[in-house]
Amino acid sequence: ISTSFSQGFLEVTSLFYGYYLVDAVLISITKYNLPLAYLLATFAYLALNFLWLLKRSVEGFKQNLVHDADPFQSYCNKVFAGWDFCITDPNAARLKHRSLLYELQTDLQEERLRQKIAERTMEEKLRIYSLRVFINIIVIAILSGCFYSIYRVTVFSQEDSSVSIRNDTRRDLVKAGDYSKRNYCERVKYLNIAPFMFCLSSRCVFLRLASIGVLLFSLWSQISDCRNDKCEPCGYNYELYPCWESDVGREMYKLMIFDFIVILAVALFVDFPRKLLVTHCSWKLVQWFGHKEFEISNNVLEIIYGQTICWIGTFFSPLLPAIATIKYFIVFYVKKIVLIHTCKPAARPVRASGSNFFFLVVLLIGLLLAFVPLGVSIAHIPSSKACGPFRSFNTSWEVIPDTILQFPTALQHILFGLTSEAFAVPLFVILCIIMFYVIALDRAHKRVVEQLREQLVLVRSGPALY
Amino acid sequence: MGDEAVADWGICPLPEQQPQAVCARWSQHSPAQPCLSHSPVCLQANPFQHRICRVFSTSDTRDDSMSFEDFLDMLSVFSDSATSDIKSHYAFRIFDFDEDGTLGRKDLEQLVNCLTGQGEESRLSSEEMEQLIQNILEESDIDKDGTINLSEFQHVVSRSPDFASSFKIVL
Repeated sequence: ISTSFSQGFLEVTSLFYGYYLVDAVLISITKYNLPLAYLLATFAYLALNFLWLLKRSVEGFKQNLVHDADPFQSYCNKVFAGWDFCITDPNAARLKHRSLLYELQTDLQEERLRQKIAERTMEEKLRIYSLRVFINIIVIAILSGCFYSIYRVTVFSQEDSSVSIRNDTRRDLVKAGDYSKRNYCERVKYLNIAPFMFCLSSRCVFLRLASIGVLLFSLWSQISDCRNDKCEPCGYNYELYPCWESDVGREMYKLMIFDFIVILAVALFVDFPRKLLVTHCSWKLVQWFGHKEFEISNNVLEIIYGQTICWIGTFFSPLLPAIATIKYFIVFYVKKIVLIHTCKPAARPVRASGSNFFFLVVLLIGLLLAFVPLGVSIAHIPSSKACGPFRSFNTSWEVIPDTILQFPTALQHILFGLTSEAFAVPLFVILCIIMFYVIALDRAHKRVVEQLREQLVLVRSGPALY
Repeated sequence: MGDEAVADWGICPLPEQQPQAVCARWSQHSPAQPCLSHSPVCLQANPFQHRICRVFSTSDTRDDSMSFEDFLDMLSVFSDSATSDIKSHYAFRIFDFDEDGTLGRKDLEQLVNCLTGQGEESRLSSEEMEQLIQNILEESDIDKDGTINLSEFQHVVSRSPDFASSFKIVL
């Protein structure tokens, strides 16, 4: 479906990169330099996302620190100061009761688990660690097998030179690999403590982000692969890819639509039938399978995956963020309906605060990973000569040096000075010094906090001595 | 203990703009009667409403009815301008369900049940309750006698960051 969408009339619309013209556009009196604007808009949205994510991560990090820093009084604080006496609405009161119950239960459970870990005997530890190593080896083996098969398919289809098969097969393989490994991750449920949830989720995260990476890598190796000498001056394979940015944009668009369709399909054809089956069928096997629990981490990782695709694809297909907005709008309501109608409450209450920070960090990693393919496309791979706003330039990045050369000479000197080694090396040294200073300050503060804690314990047990 | 405590502590007056709100609230309940026989509307959703009425009521008939003066006392204890000492004193009395002057295990158990809500499925299991009470006593019982007296309670509450903001009623 999406193949038919994106080839055909959409290819020449502003959805794709190929639509934009190289000439500057005349808006009333001033000339609007479209190539420069295109590139700067890309940098602007990436920088904005990066700064905003960083700010949110730092806030979450601080909250995490504060939350863990006072194990002294958490129970007394929750019990004696837990109820907000301003609540007058019965619904709000019910919600507060439930949240207090969940908080207390989670805390108690974490404490029990900590005690259990501390009490583990040597054999138990050995057994658990060897089991973990074994499962990790299996997961890595499956991962490498999947990536290798993607690569083989790419090479095979290149020899076959049948363009449409390549796209679909590769995408399907990626998807199949994704889901098989994700199911595997879900089945490894014996790990239920916070740091190990982190490892488990990191594996799934790595899998998803790496699958995008492998796809892009295979795309790029094909684009810059020059069999015969004809394409040497261009730098890219202009026979198969006259307008390679639009091709990449089309891939991203297809990935996004496919992701959306998969979410809808899973909701419709897996979740609802499962609920119907479990409610009406009394076979033991079906009952053992049970109702679906809403897995927050899986859902968030899906969103992060979609968002990374959106970030990478926006340079090649500028209207992708609009499509992503509509997609997430719909996905939210679909997931909400699935949650309300088919899921049972989680057997284990989930602490949200720590996970918030983790998800923000993963999103940040996704953004940083998105920088890599974009950087390579903008600065390294020559832009296509047949379409796009960067037709007359060697690479997309060249717009900026060209524009700078049009500035007055004084400004040019300043800018060249800023980017030269004579400026960059001292800047780097100063930044390192500041970083070491801040680290030293942090260590000193930690020591002060430890000493104050010991003092508190002494003060507390002090009166007992008298 | 009620009247003397109030006189000794010198309950702080409500801020100026409150009296109109207070009078309006009072007349909502009982335009003609001198006493409230049920808990005020602002406490309807509060799990501690009966305890609050019992603590602040000064009626001779011990039916937990609140006169206007009792209502004013309650509001001034729960107001923003009450000091942390006053609040912790009254919080202690409210949480002392069996009124024996200390918070024992039974009191703590009833307190936690009030917090988590009425109904069988919203209670902690007995092991969890045991573990929770053990933790609370570890954190606050300084003289290790198995109960929390007033000074221990005030000590623990003074280091609690949320107490001042949660132990208040705003009209």
